[in-house]
Amino acid sequence: MKKLFYLLFTLFAFSFNTKAHEGLHTGQVASDFKLKNIDGKMVSMADYKNAKGFIVTFTCNHCPYAKAYEDRIIALNNKYAAKGYPVIAINPNDAVQYPEDDFSSMKLRAKEKNFTFPYLHDESQDVARAYGAIKTPHIFIVQKENQQFIVKYIGAIDDNWEDATAVKEKYVENALDALLKGQPVAVANTKAIGCGVKWKK
Amino acid sequence: MFFYEHKRYLLTVLFFTLYIFTNAQTNLPVFDFAQYEKRVLQQNDTLYVVNFWATWCKPCVEELPFFEKAKQTFSKQMVKFILVSQDAKARSSYAADFLKKNNYTSESFILSAGNPNVWIDKIDTSWSGLIPMTVFYKAGKKVYFHESDYATYEELEKIIHSKL
Repeated sequence: MKKLFYLLFTLFAFSFNTKAHEGLHTGQVASDFKLKNIDGKMVSMADYKNAKGFIVTFTCNHCPYAKAYEDRIIALNNKYAAKGYPVIAINPNDAVQYPEDDFSSMKLRAKEKNFTFPYLHDESQDVARAYGAIKTPHIFIVQKENQQFIVKYIGAIDDNWEDATAVKEKYVENALDALLKGQPVAVANTKAIGCGVKWKK
Repeated sequence: MFFYEHKRYLLTVLFFTLYIFTNAQTNLPVFDFAQYEKRVLQQNDTLYVVNFWATWCKPCVEELPFFEKAKQTFSKQMVKFILVSQDAKARSSYAADFLKKNNYTSESFILSAGNPNVWIDKIDTSWSGLIPMTVFYKAGKKVYFHESDYATYEELEKIIHSKL
């Protein structure tokens, strides 16, 4: 009887556990990736020897939220790359259903907007799945600690997607400023505000 | 006499009034969260079927006909269908035109309620914020929440039946 109880308890705990670990949570180790950039070269976080961390940004071309946040993503890179936290943008969307998100359109969009950061194609969608990205844009701030990438923030860029001039809470900037001061991130989790990732059918 | 003297002024007023009137007809109203709650949380026997959608959201647009069909099916029952658009305020006339063009007649408004990280949780803490999403209210309470689209019309009809 006791054995059965332990078995059931273990099964229960295990099933609960797997469900709770879909995608990354803050405090966990993010795995590195190797994805094709718009210039045709492969990019990994490990390539950046001097970075303190990254603003890993799942985004795309077609989504109105992604478009609304484009300039703010560029501004984040301009402000924080020099401080050790560059942006790495990743497009995980299925280009079959959304041709506007295909590789050649990514190149075009990056050129039009003068992206100063890599814009990677997650064609297999494996990275989005591993991270638990469900929206575009969806931000994961990671910090390098002992050669590992620890997730410090997951969620939205700020509190007003429609109007950048009316933003009150800059979640991503607040998190980065805390990390730069060696302080804990006060708001480490928000709900990302964006379109759903377009999964392959 | 009065008309001729003030012809120019009166015509301007007339055109301006017409402009406002036609404009009001082709824009979706914009609700804040208090207005949203006031609309859906009512002390009566009506079931409020509230669908969150946007013109840019493909799965949302694909399932709008389900809600229009359900509106016909339940026309004799106390069910009210409301389409809550997540289009930007600046796209309000585009969204209104879209509904009109498709002959969708359900009540519709844009919900623009400030920080989404505040109001999303007020609707349902388990909601990721993704659309389409459907939420039902009855007698001032939430009675059903569904994040995702409906595979078939029958699925939607069945769930409405169960909540009447």
